[in-house]
Order: sequence, then structure tokens, then C-alpha cells
Amino acid sequence: MADKVKSQYPAPQGNPETKEFWDAAARGKFMIKRCTACGEPHYFPRAICPFCFSDKTVWEESAGEGTIYTFSLMRKSASGPYAIGYVTLTEGPSLLTNFVDCDIDKLRIGQKVKVVFKPTDGAPLPFFTTA
Amino acid sequence: MSIKGKAYLAGIYEHPTRHAADKSTAQLHAEVARGALADAGLTKADIDGYFCAGDAPGGVMAMADYLGLKVRHLDSTDTGGCSYLIHLGHAAEAIAAGRCSIALITLAGKPRTGAMPPRATGAEADFETAYGATTHNIYGMCAMRHMHEFGTTSEQLAWVKVAASHHAQWNEHAMLRDVVTVEDVINSPMISDPLHRLDCCVVTDGGGAVIVTTEAIARGLKKPLVRMIGAGEALKGPRGGQSLDLTYSAGVWSAPPAFAEAGVTPKDIKYASVYDSFTITVVMQLEDIGFCKKGEGGKFVADGNLISGVGKLPWNTDGGGLCNNHPVNRGGMTKIIEAVRQLRGEAHPKVQVPNCDLALVHGTGGLLGVRHGASTCILERV
Repeated sequence: MADKVKSQYPAPQGNPETKEFWDAAARGKFMIKRCTACGEPHYFPRAICPFCFSDKTVWEESAGEGTIYTFSLMRKSASGPYAIGYVTLTEGPSLLTNFVDCDIDKLRIGQKVKVVFKPTDGAPLPFFTTA
Repeated sequence: MSIKGKAYLAGIYEHPTRHAADKSTAQLHAEVARGALADAGLTKADIDGYFCAGDAPGGVMAMADYLGLKVRHLDSTDTGGCSYLIHLGHAAEAIAAGRCSIALITLAGKPRTGAMPPRATGAEADFETAYGATTHNIYGMCAMRHMHEFGTTSEQLAWVKVAASHHAQWNEHAMLRDVVTVEDVINSPMISDPLHRLDCCVVTDGGGAVIVTTEAIARGLKKPLVRMIGAGEALKGPRGGQSLDLTYSAGVWSAPPAFAEAGVTPKDIKYASVYDSFTITVVMQLEDIGFCKKGEGGKFVADGNLISGVGKLPWNTDGGGLCNNHPVNRGGMTKIIEAVRQLRGEAHPKVQVPNCDLALVHGTGGLLGVRHGASTCILERV
């Protein structure tokens, strides 16, 4: 896994439920889902709202901005340390990610971060970097 | 229907091996099953219920066939390392309902000398797998947040390992028997901030098994009587990313029903087996179970409070997963086994809790900071 984080990221497999997310990622847009029945946003995207179970969910472009909820610097890695953590988006949902293109030794909880896409053999993958 | 007092833990066995290069995983399952049957004074033909999890090669069908079992009740619930605790609760339910009368639960594997079975993934895979989540860094993230919110320190976490090592010195089978200090832990190499190498459990080959049965059958056997009086189970995950809070686990939901069913409270517990995949796991679980308030787990474990004969809560007196044994990276089974030893009075004399008549066994499984299960079981000596 560490090797992939450092060099080659795995291509998302995709499926009919998430196709629009990956198509948008290819255009540089970071999407979340929002339920128009209960109003709650969620991530990763589902067809059915995980809160109220309505099927009235719609795609919404996220600003791709948030703050670090927590993180850890993984040092037990053949390809060198990497930073894994949770980001809480300004829209609300929190998500698991890596922090890239920044000095990972200076990361701190509460720090502002923004989305950055990295290429794969398929659709690009979202990561976060310091804002 | 309550399981209180309906199911008895009649047989236990912890495989003495920690390096099993010369055995197969299925063979280890058979060996621990034989051990538990011998401990109970029963035979394979008596078993009419079988429980196993993701470590069983080929799953419950292949495993039961390999063992030559003919059962009328089976369960392959998998919640990682706490699967066997959930099995214990389910076995008690099955026995209470008359679905089986002698249930066997097995765990075995050899991650030390063989490959670990791959972790199963679900709908989240495309959105998480690439980020390199491992047990170390996911539990590290939990520890980082706990420190941020509550001021928990590395020194406090280290006390968990220190307590485990004090117990492991008396266990001839323990993987690590040297007593360590707080300084040893915080000076060991950083693995995934803020967890050091000695904040992490051991990786061992081996396994264990438990036999659960009815009161009538247990009373006809020779071992001291130990029975289930409460059980609870729960799951927790990011759930769409809403209100993420890594400072508590599913234990906040599994423990209260177990205590309510048993009719006891945390202060009544004489001995606790609490899964110690990492030191932070124990601190969080002790809070979630209710041994102390949320955020005060660091203070609770400090200064030897978990050391038998020293502190207020004798814990993991076999040396736990941190020092003794952690077969297949699944620590729930050995937690049950040491609790039964304590209730029988069969723990090592140096760590045996005097008049131990009420014990708690609690575990989490999966990844504490992502998706995990939790189970709490309360056992008493009759």
C-alpha cells in the first residue's frame, strides 16, 4: 500500500453508483452527495442516503476545502513515511485521505487543507494538501 | 429472552505455540479444538454448535468439514479480533434458545510464519484503499485525537504496556517476558505517530478455543463453573462522514446492555480482559466501558493501576496481546481464556486475583478509527 501512495496510485474500479464522482474527478471537480429529503451531505457517495434512507440524493461540487481532524505519520513503510488522516470538509462530511505535497512533519490538527488530484491509470484520486 | 446464567464456559485452550512454521492453519484450529474438548472433558461427537470467523480457512463450511463436525447450529460472524467475543454472546443465545447444547468456538492462524489473510473491503474501497490505512496508523490517528482533546500523554499510554509486561514475566508461553518501563516504551522507535513500537501488540502464530454449554452439562463436568451473565455487541464506522468522533468506540454501545443484563456495574468487576491491540485501544475501551470518565483513561491506567496486586483493576494478567499472544492479529479469544482462568482460580499465582468471582471481557475488532465491532461479555463464577 505504501508503495502505491508514494509512486503509483491504484486506479479506482468504479461502478454505476459512483461513476459520476470519477467522471467529475477527471474534470478536476471534487463531488459529494447531498440528500434533498433530509438536507444532509455525505461522503463517500451513496445512491441512498445513509441517514434518512431516502433515494433523493444529488451530486454537489465541494469547495474541496476543510480542516485536519486527526492524522498520523506512518513510518513503518518501505517507501518512506506518509501522512494519513481525516479531513472535515467545510460542507460537513469527514473523509479519510493522505496529506501530500507538503511538509508532513509540520501537520497539525485544525490546519486548513484543500483537495488535490493525483493521476492513476484510470480516474484521478483525491488527496489533500495544506492550504 | 436473556442469556443471563444460561450458558457455561466449560472448556478453554490457548495454544502454547507462538511460531508454527511446521503446522497448517486448519491443523491449528483442530489442535485448539482438541485442547478445549480435553479441558472440558468432552469429545468431538458432543459438539452440536460451531462458531468461527475469517481466520478459518474456507469459512465455516470448509472448517466444520475439515474438523469432521456434525452440527445443528453455526455462526461465522466476523468483526475482526472481537469475533470470538461476539461468538460467545451468540453461543449463549443459541444455548438459551435450545438451538445447540455444546458449542465450539475456534481461532487459529500463523501470521508470523505465513501470510495474513487479506482484509475484506466493501463499497468504500475506491475511496479509502489507496490511502494506506493499516492498524498502526489508524490507531495512531485515534491516539493523536485523544491526546489533542484530553491531554493524554505518551507516558500514560506506556503504562498499559508496562502493566502487560509485569504480567507476562510469569507466563512461560508469553512472546515477550521482559518487564519494561515507561521510558523503554517512549524511547522505542516511532511506528506511526504517536504510537511507538512498544505501544503495539505482538504478532504471533497460534490460536485458542472455547466450549460453551448448558448448566446441566456443565454441572456434570469436573471444572469450576463459570457462566455468562451479560453480553452486548455493536458496530461503529464513519457512516457517511457525519459528526466524525474518533475518541470513542462502539464499546459505548456494547457495554451498557451487558452490564444491564448482568445486573452489575463497572465497580463490581474484579478482573477485566480488555483487548490491547495497541495501548490506546485499552485507554479508550476503559473509558467506553465506564471504568472511568471519557478523557480520563490516561490517568486511570497510569502508575500501575492495571497491574494485578498493585492497582485497582487487574487486567490482562496473561500479558495480553501486547506481550503474551495475539494469534492471527485477533485478540478476542485469548481475552476470554484468561478471564476464565481467573474465575476458575487457574491464573498464575503471581497474578491470580483473590476471590475472583466476577470478570469482564471486552474487545474491539476491525480498525478502531474506521469501521470496527465491539463486544462486551460479563462472566461469573458460580
